[in-house]
Amino acid sequence: MSDRKTGTPCPPSPEVPPVCVIKEPLVRITKRGTVTRKQKLLVYVTGFVLALLLGALLLLIIGKNPVNAYLNMVTGSFGTKTSSAETFRLAVPLLIAGIAIAFAFKMKFWNIGGEGQILAGAILSSHVVIAAIHAGAAIGTAPLHLLMISAAIAGGALFGFLPAFFKTKWGTNETLFTLMLNYIAIEYINNLKQLKSWQPPRTTFPKIINFKDALGQIVLPKVFGVHIGWIFALTLALAAFLYLKKTKHGYEIAVIGDSLNTARYAGMNTRWIQIRTLLISGALCGLAGYFQIAGADYTLTETTAGGVGFTAITVAWLSKLNPFIMIPVSVFIAMLKKGSLAIQSTMKIPASAADLLTGIILFFMLGCELFLEYRLVFRHSQTKIEEMLEEVSA
Amino acid sequence: MNTLVSLLNAAVLAGTPLLLATCGEILTEKSGSLNLGVEGMMYMGAIAGLAGAWYVEQWFGHGGLLAAVFAFVFAFLCGALGGLIYAILTVSLRANQNVTGLTLAIFGTGFGKFFGEVLGHKAGGYVTVNAETKAMYGRINFGKLSEIPVLGTLFFKYNWLVYFALAVAILLGWFLNRTRKGLSLRAVGESPGTADSAGISVTRYRYLAALGGGGLCGLGGMYMSMVDQKGIWVHDCISGYGWLAIALVIFATWNPLRAIYCSIIFGGLSVMYMYVPISGLPLPIYRMFPYIATIIVLIITSMMQIKEHAQPAGTGLNYFREER
Repeated sequence: MSDRKTGTPCPPSPEVPPVCVIKEPLVRITKRGTVTRKQKLLVYVTGFVLALLLGALLLLIIGKNPVNAYLNMVTGSFGTKTSSAETFRLAVPLLIAGIAIAFAFKMKFWNIGGEGQILAGAILSSHVVIAAIHAGAAIGTAPLHLLMISAAIAGGALFGFLPAFFKTKWGTNETLFTLMLNYIAIEYINNLKQLKSWQPPRTTFPKIINFKDALGQIVLPKVFGVHIGWIFALTLALAAFLYLKKTKHGYEIAVIGDSLNTARYAGMNTRWIQIRTLLISGALCGLAGYFQIAGADYTLTETTAGGVGFTAITVAWLSKLNPFIMIPVSVFIAMLKKGSLAIQSTMKIPASAADLLTGIILFFMLGCELFLEYRLVFRHSQTKIEEMLEEVSA
Repeated sequence: MNTLVSLLNAAVLAGTPLLLATCGEILTEKSGSLNLGVEGMMYMGAIAGLAGAWYVEQWFGHGGLLAAVFAFVFAFLCGALGGLIYAILTVSLRANQNVTGLTLAIFGTGFGKFFGEVLGHKAGGYVTVNAETKAMYGRINFGKLSEIPVLGTLFFKYNWLVYFALAVAILLGWFLNRTRKGLSLRAVGESPGTADSAGISVTRYRYLAALGGGGLCGLGGMYMSMVDQKGIWVHDCISGYGWLAIALVIFATWNPLRAIYCSIIFGGLSVMYMYVPISGLPLPIYRMFPYIATIIVLIITSMMQIKEHAQPAGTGLNYFREER
């Protein structure tokens, strides 16, 4: 000890062998064995609460009362019958697109072109409507909707097929491919707005005609105040769950997601499976576009998809790609959207708060996954180590 | 000839934010992190830059150089904040790189739009910087040099950020290929396990690369809000440029020097409709060009398998020392 104080190097002592102390790192990460349901819930709830707290902090910074803001969001989205109906109406495309994206994400196929696929479905559906309007509505309601649905499926599926085809053929980057298709769809709609045959009669303003005024047949019936798309979405959740969990197709998707090479080795036609799944994924997004046209907007604009394609990624990932969990999650995200519109008008908080909050929540959910698989081991204090050593020697 | 020269001039101006963001993403990807959140980080930089300049004007009563300096610093820091979030999640908390990047894109877009509106409320309507600050992003006065026919327009009619972006690209190329630290960074990206056993801290390099890369993306965003939109907050000011930048990284085969001409080509494609009208072609269809070109480039590079030779082998994978 005295040597260290004076600063001279420690001479080799013949009696006491030099003990080398290796400092443990402050925090170590080790794998957990099993995780109970309770632990899982605890971790997720903690993450969620932390996310809300961070959101509250942001609101405080811009000088708003976060408690009021959160309360207003809840009452704004579920306070009245109309606002609840509106919230559920927002949840419908989120759920459908979330399921669609889960199909692709399960294969680690990063389809972020949900936006474009929704628009592609909506565009082709609108083509049918416009053709029907010009034909003088000489078509029954059921055939009209069947045609619209087929068109929507075709449009979405095409936008799913293209990236899948090139990805499986040459390994073309699907993330960017699907994303570029979004912008192409948007510009295509901008072009449609300029066309005389798509505009309301006697105007030159670049805007597409309101389908409801021109052709009342396209309006979907409502059940409990929300267009029947919600029944389809719930049925889809059940069907998708069964498809992914109980069928051969679902199994193939899971294997490809885990390891493409394993799937190849097992003799699966991986190329066809990927293309098939993306056809389904795109077609479902296209259907979401159809429901937007026929159930909600009754017209086509470049914001028909309105960010649903991106938000659906959040829905899918927050639900761990499980279609059932997506039902409450999509309603929750819809609540954030509707609620943020409410606080925009009542508290002058920008509606983009919804995107910000969803982003923060997802960040925390992504971050807390570490604590499910691993556990942190902090450095034991020196006295504790000595105690442990004594125990061992005794 | 005149059209061509002015098109090239506009292409360089439009390609500069792409070049900054592409350099940032190259730096990040060379360390083995595939950060898809460029669009988000650009939004963060765009609003931070504008907010920085605006606040300086409010505090000191006049804008100009000080406002431009603050805008620059704020944009870099805010973009780096995006990179930091990404690094914490993927390097320390081991989250999936793809999903984290996508979330960053969503978050950053929301961040930009949210604070853009907040700032708008504060400014009473909409945010705009004063003429003094705007002048900082105008053309540099080269005197007689810019009057040289053709060459003057091609080389001496830009704002200072254009030359800054060029310098960044050249410096980054030199750093990655000619310095010891650059070599270590590339080693971390190619094979983190090997780098780790050679005593290079994978964590530190990935963090620093994500921070620096995010900062550069933030500067790209600042360019779009301060130069392209002339210091006025526009809700869709980035409009997909972040995603184009990620595609440009592939197009430029992870080489910052090649990114220079690639960004000029893409800048040209995105402004071509204003300079070379094609009769009979509707404008919206014309505006699809850069996106269609991106798809074609992606397909061609994948067909020629350029990607497999150029992409750092460790990109997209998190590194856990214990799981070797």
